[in-house]
Parts: sequence; C-alpha cells; structure tokens
Amino acid sequence: MTLTIDPQASTENDIVAAPEGTLFRFATAGSVDDGKSTLVGRLLHDSKAILADQLEAVTRTSTERGFGGESGGIDFALLTDGLRAEREQGITIDVAYRYFATPARSFILADCPGHVQYTRNMVTGATTADAVIMLIDARKGVLEQTRRHLSVVALLRVPHVIVAVNKIDLLDYDEAAYREVEASVRLITAELGIPEVLVIPVSALVGDNVVDRSERTPWYAGPSLLELLETLSVIDDLDASGRASEAFRLPVQLVLRPQGSVVVAPELADSYRDYRAYAGQVASGSIKVGDTVSVEPGGGTSTVTGIDFAGVSLDEAFAPQSVALQLADNLDIARGAIIAALDTLPPLTRTLEADLFWLDPRPLAPSARVLVKFGTTVVQALISEVTGRLDLTTLGVEPATNLAVNDIGQASIRLSRDLPVERYVQNRRSGAFLVIHPQDGATLAAGIVTAPGEPTRAGDGSGAGSDVSP
Amino acid sequence: MRAPPMTIATSHRLSELDVLESEAIHIIREVVAEFERPVLLFSGGKDSVVVLHLAAKAFWPGKIPFSLLHVDTGHNFPEVLEFRDKTVAAHGVRLTVAKVEDYIADGRLAERADGTRNPLQTLPLLDAIAAGRHDAVFGGARRDEDKARAKERILSLRDEFGQWDPRNQRPELWNLYNGRHTVGQHVRAFPISNWTELNVWRYIERENIELPPLYYAHEREVYRRDDMWRAVSPVSPARADETIELRTVRYRTVGDMSCTGAVDSAAVSVSDVVREVGVSTITERGATRADDRISEAAMEDRKKEGYF
Repeated sequence: MTLTIDPQASTENDIVAAPEGTLFRFATAGSVDDGKSTLVGRLLHDSKAILADQLEAVTRTSTERGFGGESGGIDFALLTDGLRAEREQGITIDVAYRYFATPARSFILADCPGHVQYTRNMVTGATTADAVIMLIDARKGVLEQTRRHLSVVALLRVPHVIVAVNKIDLLDYDEAAYREVEASVRLITAELGIPEVLVIPVSALVGDNVVDRSERTPWYAGPSLLELLETLSVIDDLDASGRASEAFRLPVQLVLRPQGSVVVAPELADSYRDYRAYAGQVASGSIKVGDTVSVEPGGGTSTVTGIDFAGVSLDEAFAPQSVALQLADNLDIARGAIIAALDTLPPLTRTLEADLFWLDPRPLAPSARVLVKFGTTVVQALISEVTGRLDLTTLGVEPATNLAVNDIGQASIRLSRDLPVERYVQNRRSGAFLVIHPQDGATLAAGIVTAPGEPTRAGDGSGAGSDVSP
Repeated sequence: MRAPPMTIATSHRLSELDVLESEAIHIIREVVAEFERPVLLFSGGKDSVVVLHLAAKAFWPGKIPFSLLHVDTGHNFPEVLEFRDKTVAAHGVRLTVAKVEDYIADGRLAERADGTRNPLQTLPLLDAIAAGRHDAVFGGARRDEDKARAKERILSLRDEFGQWDPRNQRPELWNLYNGRHTVGQHVRAFPISNWTELNVWRYIERENIELPPLYYAHEREVYRRDDMWRAVSPVSPARADETIELRTVRYRTVGDMSCTGAVDSAAVSVSDVVREVGVSTITERGATRADDRISEAAMEDRKKEGYF
C-alpha cells in the first residue's frame, strides 16, 4: 500500500501526517505513584500528539487545582483520566486508549491503572499488546506489585517487555543505584521465564530517555523509550524468511453464500450464483491458494481455491487479515469451525487444564457451569476443579479450591463438545478463551490453555455434545 | 459497492490501514453472526459512511445483511440528507428515519432553550431501537474523539434504558468479543473504535469513498459564535450583533446545524484534507462542536443517558 503525501507540504512539525506506517499496540502498567500518567503524558506531549485545545483544557484544570511544580505546571494525568469520577477523585477507573503517531509508526496505547482491579486491567491491556511498559520507581525498586504485574505479563506471553526505571533524576542519575534496580528486574524476569526484558533509565518528569536519549545518563548506551517502540517487531510479523512462527488458523465467523443476491455487476452475477466462502480473520500463520487445509469439526481436508477480500483475489493471506476462503470441496463448515494448515491441528479433546485470570467480583463457585468462547465457538463447560492458585509474590502455586476476583488460578475444565484444544504457548490466539456467565453473559475470566486433555476419537470431530448458539 | 480497490498485498507486513480495516471487518462479522437484528446508525457523516463501506466489504459479494437507522434532529444540513438517501439507495439497504421533530410536535420532547437538538436524539434513538427489536447497534464512534469515548469498549453493553455504565464494563480480551446479553439489553458496536480522524481520511482517500460536499472547502455565509464559524440557516440565524460574512470553509464533523461549526479551509480534495488533518493543532470536536463545550463531561453525561 502506498500513500503519497505531497512532500512540499511536509514541515518539521508535520509529524502525524507522515506516510502511513505500521501499527504498534502497547500497554503501560505500574504501581501507584510510579509516575505512569506523567510518562504517558510526556510521551504524548513530546511526540506532539497532544493538540492545542486538549493542552489548554488540561493546563486550565491543572492551574485551577493549584497543580504546581511537577511537569511544568501540567498534571498529565488529566489527559488520560476521562471520566468525571476519575477527575474528581484523582483515580483511574478503567483502561483508557490513546492514539499517537511518529514518522516511523502509529501507536495504540492502552493505559492500565495499577491500583484498583490491577489484574483485570493488566489482562485487558496485555492480551492485545505487542509490548508492555512496566514502570518502576527507581528509588523503590521492584515492589510486590511489580512482581504481580510481571507475572501477568509472563503468563500472557506479551512479546516485548520493557521496564522503565523512572525518577532517575531523583537519584541524581547515579549509575550504581540504577544497576541495582536493573539487576533485580533481570533476576525476577528470569525467574518468570520472560525471555527478553529491555530496561531503560528514564525520568518522565524531565524527559530523560523518553523521546530523546539523555546526556545525563552517559552510562546508558541503549535507545530511548520511543526509539524502542518505533523499532520492536509486531506480533503478527513474519520472520526473516517470510514464515509465520505459528501455524495457519482461521476460525470461521460465517459462511458467505449470497445465492444470487449479489452486489457484483449484472454480467458477472451468474458466475457468483454458487459462490460459497468461509469468512474470518486469520488468527495466525499464512495460507496460499493451492494449499491443503484441515477443517474441524468434521476432520475434512480440502484445497484452497480462492482467497477473496471484497472483490479482490489474493494469492496469500496472513494474520491478521480478514478474508473469505473458497475451498475445492463442499465440506460441512459453519460458524465455529477452524480451517487450519494441513495436519497441524491437535487431536480433539473434551477436557483441558488452564490458567484462569478471574475478573468477576463474584467468586468462582465449585463445579461452576459456564460458557467458554474459543475463537468463534461458544460451548457449555464445567469448571470441574480448581487445582491451585498462583501466589504472585512467591510465584509458587498454593492449594486452592475456589477463585476470587484478581486471582490467577489453575483449573480443570470439561467441555460439552470435542474441540481441537491448543496450548497457549503454541498458539496465542487459539489457546486463549473467555469464561462467560451462562445467564447474565458477564465475562468471568480470561483463560489460557496449559494442557489439552486426553484425545477423544482422534480425527473424528463428530462430537455429540450440545452446541450453544449465542 | 463502488469500485473496489485493486490492491494486492505484496508484503507480509500489513499497513496501519490494512490492520484497522481487517479489525473492523472482523468486528462487523462477529456482530452479524452473534446477534439477531443488528442495525447501523447512519447519518451520512464520514464515520458512518466508512462503517457502511466496511460492511459492504465484509459481506461481499453478498449484500449488507442489516438495515440503517438515522435519528434526524430536523436541523441536519440538506445536502447531507440528500447524500444519505443517495448512498442508501446505492447500497440497496433499508433506512429507517426517527424524527426528533415528531417528538417535539406531540410534546414527548421539548425544545431546549439553547436550540440545540443533539441531546434530544437519545429518546427517539432508544424508541427506534426498541421498535426495531434491535439487539445490536453499530455506530461510527471513535475513541480518539473524546475522553469518555476513549474508555468505552468496542462492544458496549447497554441496559434497557440505553445507559452506559463506565464502572461496569466487560473486559475486552484478545479479539474475543462477548456479545451475550439478556432480554431488554442491547449492545452498541463500534468497529472503528481504534481509528483516528487521520486514519478515517486516509481510508476515504485510499478507497475513493464519496462524502457529502460540505466536508470540502466551499463558500458559505457564516458568522462567528463561540470561536466557530456557524452557518446561516433558518435554524441557526445570526443575531443582530453578529456579522455575516462569505468565507471559504469546510466541516470537520457533520451534525446538527445548530451546534456544528465550520473551519476556515482551502482543502478542496481528499488529499488536501488528509494534509490539513495531519497538521491540525486542534481536535475535531474541539474545533466544531458546541455541544461538547457545555462541560468537560458533556459526552460522558449524554452517553450515560443512552446517547452514542
């Protein structure tokens, strides 16, 4: 895709009008008073993403409240705190989304408050993020809440973890003090199995290493925070050889079968009389016309004869494209089916072990009957047993029989129907699911599969259980 | 639909617009698959026009499988209504119009002292949703428009009074949308939540999407009020102390004539507008909406009462 911008119209301040780039999603998290709002405000302000009327409103409110020295008289928290109660009480209730762009990239920032319902907010922000920025107060180092946040990030396998060691100015830019914090961060992230962590000394207040590299930290040779965000890879990027790290999966959303009621030109209408395609968003991997695919339920195989995108025929589709696949054979495929690269789907099963991030204020009752949503499938399920709860301070598993809000627990789940259940570590899209209250529809928990159960009839997807249509 | 873009992906890295487009189409398809009677709020404004275009792409070569709904304040720009009807006909979809004026005529609603009818849209909207038994309502709202919208979910559950409860929203996890609801509840669905004003304009440019002419620079009789250029019209006349001028302006948002302001602009084409939006130093609502200046929480208050 090329989009041309008249180069003569560009100026140095013309940052957001840069040619269209890639999109990068990241979340910010931190404990109370770590300066997260200031960091977010600094990032938006220094990348010129705050427009004049917003700045004016924030400056006015800051002055009205007698906001003094910090960040030059501007309370940056006012930029992200959107709701009346938040402004009145000086708290952040919910995840807020902010948008900004630099010449290199556009960003979606999920700002996750740290104090209330931290697990809920962290999970919400982290499930869609390419990167998470964890804020630490340089003077306090790694706190219990830092460990908890990093545990969530580790379990959800966020691709990039950045730890911003903030308020480095208050330590007089002392390298030894920073190195001590850095070492404790690396120790805990190694314990948690986070493969790579990027640690940066910053001062959100003064701006050190946020947008520009600071001269006051000569002992830090790495990039600024924004430089990092501009260059890290996106979840769905393929590797250097053009291959996806995960196998092709397309959960079928619906079947496009217009049966003559078509929007194409009248002279083409006949050729679309028997049109049938399976619409969905590629969850992982890529597929080409001519490739053979497996389909569950049903266990059928077929060949991809066409990849359509609104009248355009593609040779190849890859995550996260929304497309429609035409297959050579007339298989029985409906919403909830998964089209996958040949022989890559795991055997069907009716049981699984999972980690559950419990998000609802009502605790999990023993033997709760729930609905689970995997991809585009919703099935009845029974949480047959809670087998443990993660102690986020010691990172060990403690015995537990129920789960309360913000707990991360381990549970055994029985499904009413056979599903090709995948481990989350193998596929972040197909290994993730929602736990839904069967009566009021609330989202009770986020689930990630840790182990599929015993295979039922392998390769036979004709599970007899009831299918719940929403 | 109009000429589809003959774009074939050649790289394995999707552009920002491609990612946003696929995300929006995924949301639209999920809602159509999981709900019985979706409807799209369609005003002829640029955001709803983009959602309609995305819906056409989502179901190609089939027709858009839901109808459209417009709450007409009676203060809409005539050229926008004309565009609305032309676009609806071109897509072969059905449009229902709920009229605020009907409610004022029979006393169910009273005209406000300030003459603004935007807040009056909520009741006709909720009635039309109930009458159409709609369980899902698509809208073109975007999170970059307003601080309250920045906190609303892509699928937003509303109770039988249409109320939004910001403290009790469903967590939004991965791309798994939970649209389950009980009798009387409905869901507002915002497929272009993650788009910015600039994304919308770049998409309009890329897809060659037609818009009402007042989005582009034109000459119009205007007067200055609340630091905005207001159009001279029967519903928004100038007061005696306001000077009428002929200026070259365009609209960044299109709503009620009584509360939407124009901006000085020489942008006559889509690419001009893309450039203009890219260097703008003021948000689109800040520049053009009197109703959002009532208080810092104006949008939040309206949303809690069932507004979009």
